[in-house]
Amino acid sequence: MADATFAPQALPVGSKGRHASGWWGMIALIVSEGALFAYLIFSYFYIASQAHDVWPPGGRPHFWIAVPGTIILIVGSFTARYAERGIERGNKPRMLAGMGVTLVLGIVFLLLQGVEWRGKPFTFTSSAYSSLYFTVTGFHMLHVFIGLLIIIMLMIWTAFDYFGARRHAAASIGAMYWHFVTVVWIAVFSTFYIAPYLG
Amino acid sequence: MASTGAFRVPIIARETDSSPIADRLDRTWRTPAGIFGWLVSVDHKSIGKRYLVTAFLFLIMGGIEAAVMRAQLIRPNQTLLSPEAYNQLFTMHGVTMIFLYAMPVLSGFSNYIWPLMLGSRDMAFPRLNAFSYWTFLFAGCFLYASFVVGRAPDAGWFNYVPYASREYDPGINIDDYALGMILLGVSGTVGAINFIVTLFRTRAPGMSINRVPMMVWGTLTASVGNLFAIPAVSLAFFLLWLDRQFGAHFYDVTGGGQPLLWQHLFWMFGHPWVYAIVLPAMGIVSDALPVFCRRPLVGYTAVALATITTMILGFGVWVHHMFATGLPPLSLSFFSAASMVIVIPSAVAVFAWIATIWTGRPVFTTAFLFFAGFIFVFVVGGVSGFMTAAVPLDWQLTDTYFVVAHIHYVLIGINVFPVVGGIYYWFPKMTGKLLNETLGRWNFWLMFAGFNIGFFPMHIAGLLGMPRRIYTYPDGLGWNTVNLITSLGAYLFAIGVLLFVINVFRSAKFGRVAGPNPWDAPYLEWSTPSPPPAYNFAVIPTIGSRYPLWEDRLEHGPTDSYVDQGYLLNRGRETVGTTALDAEPDVVLEMPGDTIAPLILAIALVALICAALFHAWWGVGVAAAVTFIAAVAWLWPEARLGQTKEIARG
Repeated sequence: MADATFAPQALPVGSKGRHASGWWGMIALIVSEGALFAYLIFSYFYIASQAHDVWPPGGRPHFWIAVPGTIILIVGSFTARYAERGIERGNKPRMLAGMGVTLVLGIVFLLLQGVEWRGKPFTFTSSAYSSLYFTVTGFHMLHVFIGLLIIIMLMIWTAFDYFGARRHAAASIGAMYWHFVTVVWIAVFSTFYIAPYLG
Repeated sequence: MASTGAFRVPIIARETDSSPIADRLDRTWRTPAGIFGWLVSVDHKSIGKRYLVTAFLFLIMGGIEAAVMRAQLIRPNQTLLSPEAYNQLFTMHGVTMIFLYAMPVLSGFSNYIWPLMLGSRDMAFPRLNAFSYWTFLFAGCFLYASFVVGRAPDAGWFNYVPYASREYDPGINIDDYALGMILLGVSGTVGAINFIVTLFRTRAPGMSINRVPMMVWGTLTASVGNLFAIPAVSLAFFLLWLDRQFGAHFYDVTGGGQPLLWQHLFWMFGHPWVYAIVLPAMGIVSDALPVFCRRPLVGYTAVALATITTMILGFGVWVHHMFATGLPPLSLSFFSAASMVIVIPSAVAVFAWIATIWTGRPVFTTAFLFFAGFIFVFVVGGVSGFMTAAVPLDWQLTDTYFVVAHIHYVLIGINVFPVVGGIYYWFPKMTGKLLNETLGRWNFWLMFAGFNIGFFPMHIAGLLGMPRRIYTYPDGLGWNTVNLITSLGAYLFAIGVLLFVINVFRSAKFGRVAGPNPWDAPYLEWSTPSPPPAYNFAVIPTIGSRYPLWEDRLEHGPTDSYVDQGYLLNRGRETVGTTALDAEPDVVLEMPGDTIAPLILAIALVALICAALFHAWWGVGVAAAVTFIAAVAWLWPEARLGQTKEIARG
């Protein structure tokens, strides 16, 4: 048996895709961040369920800005995946192009959110609903912003020629975070925009 | 070397700690001496020791706060403390013991012991480990800084609104508590991530998931729990801060908010947290108690499953802290039943320990006494918990000293006793010296007697109707005697703790030399010298059973364990990554060296919350920028870590 125990075997070395510790760490971080948003959404529904007046106060939100924003984020996830597929094949220009488009889409999403914020008839201090709205969407925008910083760093590192077909763990890990930001937005969007039409 | 190859067949060697290769490993892994070395070290052993020492300092501070309170309550109508001072003391006592002692002390054990138990050379994320310690230290200092300005948090450790709302508690104290807890949450979360990835990725080859020591199960379960639970409390405190400072209405009824939202969020965190601070300690007992009973733990699989079951159920019982808040009866029934069900996995563990003692040949060392004492105290705390899980009885007992008695039986019983026992057990590994057994006996019996004399009468005080958190009480209510006994017992307990501290200092200097395995224990950490070398293992061990060092005495599976033969991995700081369940070799992990980045990141974060506390937004901006720069420097892809593509070498 000793021979089987010590059979020599070639092992990948260092950060490689799903072998990388960072890949596992990002999954754990996403679990915890996902829980954070779950508690935010719980707070929304809890306060909504206890509300005496009409919910949401001032009527249901309109979709004119949120739906295009949602589509933009979802498309951004696909372009991030397109970029990641590029670097998996050692295609640096494709990585840069895909991440560049994702970056622009993310910025457009943030700008749209800014427009949505400005157009709201209430402020942060108006009511529990307004506090919730700005806090939850604000948390999400902060996550988008951090995702954009990650994408910028990945583009810089790609431009420095750090990544190739066999070494690109950072790009996969960063892309995973970006997908998480998209998925969380779908939950936030469903809570604030779709749920009021169901009740 | 400039960069690592993409694949390698690692050399398998037979090495001892006195070979020239071991010398070279030592140079690779050792942190440079001096203050700078201390600030940059990512060695899990020194971080683990720092965690332990810091947590014990907080324990002593929390103990002094308790001692002052017991002096105030020793007789009726005392005026040693003003009501305001008393409020701050009981709040900080709770905050200190629960957040700054109970969890960090267990993180200290796990940090120190895990890689040694798992046959690894470090945790999965050594830099994150250092960062987690620094943020814990800074968050603790931040929380205590409020004493300096003369106003500590004073709304109880669970800080209910509206007491803690700006209207009723306008000072800086609650904001300090809120922001400090958010920073502490960062520390706890990254620590949990580190433990989880370490367990799933860095076990020695052959240490399949059913062969890990129970303490690893306990800490893993607690860490997964923390991952889900900590965001709830961080969010609760963040929303409170928004309410207090920026006019939000989350907890404010006049704006459509709900005070009960605080209680829900707090206890959604709080109850799982209780399990997070006891399950690793129960794991310590499940590992170390059998060593002193000279046999393996009875029911390994049952205890592991009971650990996980307890944690899962722990997420479904938070409302039992809120039985008196007027929730619907259906909800009360459900949460009452769920709380009672937790008795089952707890009893599985208790019976496993009793059966281990019963069928073993106990060696009555001090460590054994602490573990056996723990079982007794745990059962008492479990019974009082079961009582308060019943809604009608809880309505009678809630907010009385009965609940105070329960929480102390549970937390001192399940945390402090195993922790002190664990120090008796692992101190020889950490320092190379044995703790004195004679002092140890005195230490145990004073703590055990003092604890029961001090805290058992609190049950009676509660049944007599004495409310918790009152700063004094009038004569003639029949509470005088129980309070006198409680105070005297508490001081006896304190003397016991003092003896422990004396023993630690004395034995570190004059203690008997321990040797690698003074208890003849079966786990991997005892195969290393005491204290272990910087690199832990000269070669990565290969594991064939749950009890690698008892294989000559126990029946086990088809393969043997080899502690002196395995992967050498000596091209820089390296260890092996294995698959999550079967622990097959999967990857050669290139480990980072010592770095100042974690400290800078932690300083930037504490600066950020300091600036936020005083609304110094420019300071928040600067601190955020430093945070970003430190994070980028930390994460910058390095060739040596195999994070960048290989440059073709001619």
